[in-house]
Amino acid sequence: MKGAQAIVRCLEEENIKVVFGYPGATIVPLYEALRTSDIKHVLVRQEQAAAHSANGYARVSGTTGVCIGTSGPGATNLVTGIATAYMDSIPMVIITGQVNSAVIGRDVFQEIDITGATEPFVKHSYLLKDAEQIPGTLREAFHIAGTGRPGPVLVDVPVDIQKQDIDFHYPEKVVIRGYKPTYNGHAGQITRIIRKLKSSRKPLVCAGGGILSADAVCELRLFAEKAGIPVVHTMMGIGALAADHPLYLGMVGSHGHPCANRAVSQSDLLVVIGARIGDRATGGKEVFAENAEIIHIDIDPAEIGKNIKPIIPIVGDAKIIIRQLADKIQPLETNGWLEQLHTPQNKKHTAPKSKKGTVNPAYAIQLLGSMVDDEAIVLADVGQNQIWAARNFELTGSRKFLTSGGLGTMGYSLPAAVGAKAGAAGKTVISVVGDGGFQMSLGELGTISQQNIKIFILLFNNNRLGMVREIQDKTYSRTYGVDLDGNPDFLKLAEAYGFKGIRVACNDDLEAAFTEALNCHETFLVECMVDPEERTL
Amino acid sequence: MDRYILSVLVENRAGVLSRVSGLFSRRSYNIDSLSVSETEDPEISRMTIAVRGDQYIFDQVRKQLNKLIDVIKITELKPDRSVYRELALVKVNAAPENRSAIGETAEIFRGKIVDVASETLTVEITGDVDKITAFIELMKPYGIKEMARTGLTALERGNNTIS
Repeated sequence: MKGAQAIVRCLEEENIKVVFGYPGATIVPLYEALRTSDIKHVLVRQEQAAAHSANGYARVSGTTGVCIGTSGPGATNLVTGIATAYMDSIPMVIITGQVNSAVIGRDVFQEIDITGATEPFVKHSYLLKDAEQIPGTLREAFHIAGTGRPGPVLVDVPVDIQKQDIDFHYPEKVVIRGYKPTYNGHAGQITRIIRKLKSSRKPLVCAGGGILSADAVCELRLFAEKAGIPVVHTMMGIGALAADHPLYLGMVGSHGHPCANRAVSQSDLLVVIGARIGDRATGGKEVFAENAEIIHIDIDPAEIGKNIKPIIPIVGDAKIIIRQLADKIQPLETNGWLEQLHTPQNKKHTAPKSKKGTVNPAYAIQLLGSMVDDEAIVLADVGQNQIWAARNFELTGSRKFLTSGGLGTMGYSLPAAVGAKAGAAGKTVISVVGDGGFQMSLGELGTISQQNIKIFILLFNNNRLGMVREIQDKTYSRTYGVDLDGNPDFLKLAEAYGFKGIRVACNDDLEAAFTEALNCHETFLVECMVDPEERTL
Repeated sequence: MDRYILSVLVENRAGVLSRVSGLFSRRSYNIDSLSVSETEDPEISRMTIAVRGDQYIFDQVRKQLNKLIDVIKITELKPDRSVYRELALVKVNAAPENRSAIGETAEIFRGKIVDVASETLTVEITGDVDKITAFIELMKPYGIKEMARTGLTALERGNNTIS
C-alpha cells in the first residue's frame, strides 16, 4: 500500500468519519486516497477555517478533529487555527503536505518549515522521513492529541513519502516514555481536600473548560449537590453546570457576572477544577479570591502554581477526581453561605430600551435562549458579540457553548459552526458573529452552501469593531481604524449564496425573526442592527 | 536570582534541542548554559541546563519541560550532591617573555597546553565554573585572542543514576 493510503487507513482505525481540508500539490496523493475511502472531506475556503471546523467538530463530538492542508501557504494558513486549538486544549490532528523530502531545506516552491513555525503552540509535531513511520506516528499523534490535557498534534508528510510503498500494520499499543499523563488523584491529597472542605464555611467551585473536555459535567453536578457547594465557571467552563441549577452562580472574570465575582471574593475556599485562571478570569490577579484558600485540580501539572498558588494541588483527570471527592464528601453546612449568595441583585435584567433602529444584543441573546431547544449549540465569535452571548445565553439541558476563549480568534465562529454541524447533524447550530468577525470567514458561506447544512447565523451589525472602539473610547476618548465603512449588504450577500435572511432593527421584531430562522430548513441569517455606542457589559 | 542546574534526559531525535531552547525563549526564562550530548544509551541524550531565576521560574521551567513529549526525565542537580564540570579552550597571546608564566599558571590550574603557535598558546582547562572564570581572569592581562567554553555539564555524586 502507498503511504497516502496508509494515512487514510490510520484515520479509519481512529474512527475518523470526517476531515476538513484544502488540497494542494504536495497533498494530492493523500486526496487520491481519500477519494476512494468512506471518510467525508469538507472542502473549506481557506485553511484556517479547516482548523476551526476541526475544532468545532472535536468539541461537539468529543473526539479528535482532523484537518488537512498542503505545504507552504496551506500550512501557514492553518497556523492561527492550530494556535486557537492549543490555547483552548482542543484535541486535533493536523496533516500537512510537505515538499519532496530530497529537497527539504532548499526553499523550493511552497516549502515552509511548518513543524518549526508551529512549535510553540502544538502539543507535539512530527516531520516524517520514511513512509514506514506513518502508522506508528499517526497512532502516537492521535494518542497524544486526545489524552491528558488535549491539544493539537501536527504531522508533516513529504509528498514522496505519500507515494512510497509500505506494509501496513497499525500498532495496538502506544509506548512513549516521556508521556504518561496522571489520571487518578493522589489519595492523600483527596483526603486533605475533604478535610479542608469540611472546615470551610464558604466553599466555592470554579469550573473551567477541563470539566467539559473530561466529560465531567454530570460528576460535577452530583458532587456539588451532595456537598452543597455553589459553582461559578470561566468562559471555557460555560456549560459545566446548568444555568438553571440552584447552585449555579454564573461566569467569573473581567467580563463575568457580578454575582459570580462577588462569590469568588467572599469565598473562604475556592476549588478550581480544570481551569488555568488566566488573566481574563481573574480580572487582575492580586484581587482574585482574596479571602480564599485555593485547591487546584488540573490534569496539567504545569498549570498548578502558574497563575494561582494553591494550598492543595492535585493532578489528574477531572472526572475521576470529582468522583473520588464525591465518594468521600458529606453534605457541608453551607446554607448560610448559599443564602448570602442568592441575593436579589443577582437576578438578571430583562429587556432594556434601545435606540431607534437598533436592537439590544443582550436581550436578543436572552430571547434566543428562551426559544431554542435544550440541545442547541451556540458558537460565539470574538469581541462584543462573544461577551453578549457568553453572559446571556443560558446553558441548560445539554446545550453547548463554543468560543475561542484563550487566543480570542476573530473569524472562529462560522467555520467552527460548520464543524459543529458535522459533529451533530441533528442539532440546532447557531453562529453568533459581529460584522468584523463575519467578514473574516465570509468564504465559509460557500462551504455551508456546498455542504448543504443548516446554520443559524446571528449577526450583530454595528458597522464597526465594537470592542476595540470601546477600548479606544475609554483610553483615548476617540477612535481610529475601527469603522467598517464599506460593509456589504449582508442580506444580499447571503442571498448570493442561496440563503434567506432578515434584518431586525427593533427588539419587538426579534421573536418573529428568530422563529423564522429556527423553522427554516436551510441556513438563515438574522442581521441585528446594533447601536455603535452599545456597551459590552 | 538563584542558579539551578537541571539534568534532562531527552529522546535523541531531530528537533528536540529546538523545542527545549524555544521553550526558554518564548516563556522568557533565562538560560545560563545548555549542553547536550549522547548518553550511554544512543537513543537518549542528556541536556544539562543552568537556569537563572527564582523558585517560581524554576518550578515552571521544570514543569514546562516535562510537558514536552520528547523529555523523558528531569532531575535537579544540587551543588552539594553533584559534580559540575566545564571545559574551556583559551587561546592567549604569548610573547616569548610570557610563555613560561602562562604555562605555570595553566599547570597550577591543572590545565594543558594543547597548541603552541608563534604568537599564541592554547590552554585546555577543566573545572567548575568558578575555577574557569578565575583562570580566564588571570589570562586577561596577556590578551585572550579567542575562547570557547562547552557550558556546564554535571552528574549526581554517588551510586545513583537518573536514568
